[in-house]
Amino acid sequence: MAGFFSQLKAGLTKTRQNFVQRVEELLTGRRKIDEELYEELEEVLIGADVGFKTSIELVNHLRQEVKARKISESDQLTGILTEKILEILGEEKPLFFSASGPSIFLVVGVNGVGKTTTIGKLAGRLKKDGKRIILAAGDTFRAAAIDQLEIWGERAGVEVIKQKEGADPAAVAYDAIHAAKSRNVDVVIMDTAGRLHNKVNLMEELRKVKRVIQREIPGAPHEVLLVLDATTGQNALQQAKMFKDVADVTGIILTKLDGTAKGGVVLGIQGEIKIPVKWIGIGEGVDDLRPFVPRDFAAALFDRPEEGIT
Amino acid sequence: MFQGLAEKLQETFKKLKGKGKLTEADVNEAMREVRMALLEADVNFRVVKSFVAKVKERAVGQEVLESLSPGQHVVKIVHEEIIDLMGSVASKIQIASKPPTVILLVGLQGAGKTTHAAKLAVMLTKQGKRPLLAACDVYRPAAIKQLQVLGEQTKTPVFSVAERSPVEIAQASLAHANAQGLDVVILDTAGRLHINEELMDELRKIKAGVNPHEILLVVDAMTGQDAVNAAKAFHEQLGIDGVILTKLDGDTRGGAALSIKAVTQCPIKFAGVGEKLDALEAFHPDRIASRILGMGDVLTLIEKAQEAFDNKKAQEMERKLRKQEFTLDDFLEQMQQIKKMGSLSSILEMLPGVGKSLKDIKIDEKDTGYIEAIIRSMTPEERRKPAMIKDSRKKRISRGSGTSIQEVGRLLKQFEQFQKMMKQFAGSGGMGMLGKGKKGNKGKRPNLRFPFA
Ligand SMILES: Nc1nc2c(ncn2[C@@H]2O[C@H](COP(=O)(O)OP(=O)(O)OP(=O)(O)O)[C@@H](O)[C@H]2O)c(=O)[nH]1
Ligand SMILES: [Mg+2]
Repeated sequence: MAGFFSQLKAGLTKTRQNFVQRVEELLTGRRKIDEELYEELEEVLIGADVGFKTSIELVNHLRQEVKARKISESDQLTGILTEKILEILGEEKPLFFSASGPSIFLVVGVNGVGKTTTIGKLAGRLKKDGKRIILAAGDTFRAAAIDQLEIWGERAGVEVIKQKEGADPAAVAYDAIHAAKSRNVDVVIMDTAGRLHNKVNLMEELRKVKRVIQREIPGAPHEVLLVLDATTGQNALQQAKMFKDVADVTGIILTKLDGTAKGGVVLGIQGEIKIPVKWIGIGEGVDDLRPFVPRDFAAALFDRPEEGIT
Repeated sequence: MFQGLAEKLQETFKKLKGKGKLTEADVNEAMREVRMALLEADVNFRVVKSFVAKVKERAVGQEVLESLSPGQHVVKIVHEEIIDLMGSVASKIQIASKPPTVILLVGLQGAGKTTHAAKLAVMLTKQGKRPLLAACDVYRPAAIKQLQVLGEQTKTPVFSVAERSPVEIAQASLAHANAQGLDVVILDTAGRLHINEELMDELRKIKAGVNPHEILLVVDAMTGQDAVNAAKAFHEQLGIDGVILTKLDGDTRGGAALSIKAVTQCPIKFAGVGEKLDALEAFHPDRIASRILGMGDVLTLIEKAQEAFDNKKAQEMERKLRKQEFTLDDFLEQMQQIKKMGSLSSILEMLPGVGKSLKDIKIDEKDTGYIEAIIRSMTPEERRKPAMIKDSRKKRISRGSGTSIQEVGRLLKQFEQFQKMMKQFAGSGGMGMLGKGKKGNKGKRPNLRFPFA
């Protein structure tokens, strides 16, 4: 995929120009602060998948601040909104590593969000930091899921522990943990099959995997990472709630932010159930994983191309 | 999947239905809630905006104010507009007059193209076709292997060649299908972003190379506001013929379906409803629209009601119900009105929220004859004040109607329960002519018979 990144960059620049046109006009163009302006802001937020409720709350907060601080120029509004958004998003939270013995990271999420790819990227990243990694092929269900993870293992230069397709994922977890202990590995990252959060039996299977990990290493898994696709709308909130319920999710990885979607739903998730976003995915290459930086994310929420739907 | 939205809308509509007259403020309030419900369901905000404007315009117009029940009429308008947005007929795959029919699947990463290529193959095989799956995703690790495994599972031949470009593979697959006597070629392509010009160009080249009969955009039903951007870009650059909406077995409200239809005008042809390879359904826009609103086929019901009910009488009846002046006489009258509308069970099926509760209610249509006879054997005074009917009167009525004393007693008891139920409805404010609403009697629905049910 040569030229992918230059294309991407070009795409992003275009987006940015639109942003400049739109939001700057909206917020720094010294417009009068009126109902229309608030409405447009509300639309920018809703359009970024922030969700109706959270968007209204943010705009109402803005109204109050404008009144309280006696603001009359529109160019101060983004600042106020950004402050509030940062407050909701909270501090950056790095990955938690076990003080002794291997750290176990379990990666979960609905179908197709980017779990396997993210694991490949994360393995590459942690390996660069000098960690010894193994991957566990816990998706024993989807066709060729194990092969896919193995290719990522090769790319990142890390070993993959696997069983046959159709095997019990809990057994794969068990194998991987024992391999990690005997080989003095720092981190095990376990892939799981994509599952819709409303499928009770599949969620129970996940619970069992987690239980086995816990039994083998008290305190593990050290991270349960929920992968969310930034293109997902308000259903992501449902996903987060259910996966948190079943697997005690400790962090979110927000993928596909290289597209035009903003992933604003994480604001609602943070607001309601407080799971910090830890990483973002910005492409399909091994290097396309970045730590989540709340301030950049907040800025990007307003960064919106013209859709021109009539 | 649409339940959440449906519930919200139903609440709104219940409020509306209870109103005799609508003011513009009522309509505005209702539209505010419709807007919120649609936005929470991930319908694109611009689509929502024009949708609400359209409904509002119609709702404050003459036709509503003069209608039987203005509230219900607004419901009808919302329903019509959603169907209008979704399109009203289910669409099919276009089959080429000269085989092979070529189907090109495109879409964002992770939407479900590969799985749905296999599901389409299963569906087409069932229809007597012999499909070929062509592996044109040469980028994603193990994508070809995934298609091969799915091919094995579904006993569908899979075409792939190493070290070739997707365009070349696509073209070669057609020749292969011809040589093997296979009559449909389903091309699986790599997921890509709509803003990736290089990869979008690749799709244009595939299209030019194989002249597909169907270009289907595969979209995840959980997609949010961005659905319009992607759909629009794919449509503009490729000219799609339809959409496959995937992962509908989740609990998403699925507003993306509305948005995509609105911006591309392309029909949603199929819905993926599970991970199993036969979990693919033809998409019925009209059914989904009703499901979105959670109101069964209210439209038909309203039309029938309008035909059957004398306008004035209906209003009078509703007033009486609300004031609890409803007598056995009125009851008899209502029963006759309803009978004009068709069989009771078919009416019940059309009622919002009844679908689920229907199984708890036993309807014996033969009973209606008894009921009529019993009421007719009562004196006018008895019909107004059923409480006065004690043992000797019961005996007389049973003799007069050719029924047993127990049956008379049961009817009286049921009428009493009915009145209690009505009181609850009146209290909760939500009650239409047809007295349907599941809030008031939740969990303790008596085993009422026609027309109490
Ligand atoms: N553009 C983009 N694509 C991504 C990103 N992350 C993953 N993908 C792509 O999304 C698609 C699905 O990724 P997978 O890693 O297979 O997703 P998964 O969650 O493991 O999928 P299942 O195991 O099938 O549930 C692949 O085509 C990936 O290349 C990202 O950050 N940006
Ligand atoms: Mg996977």
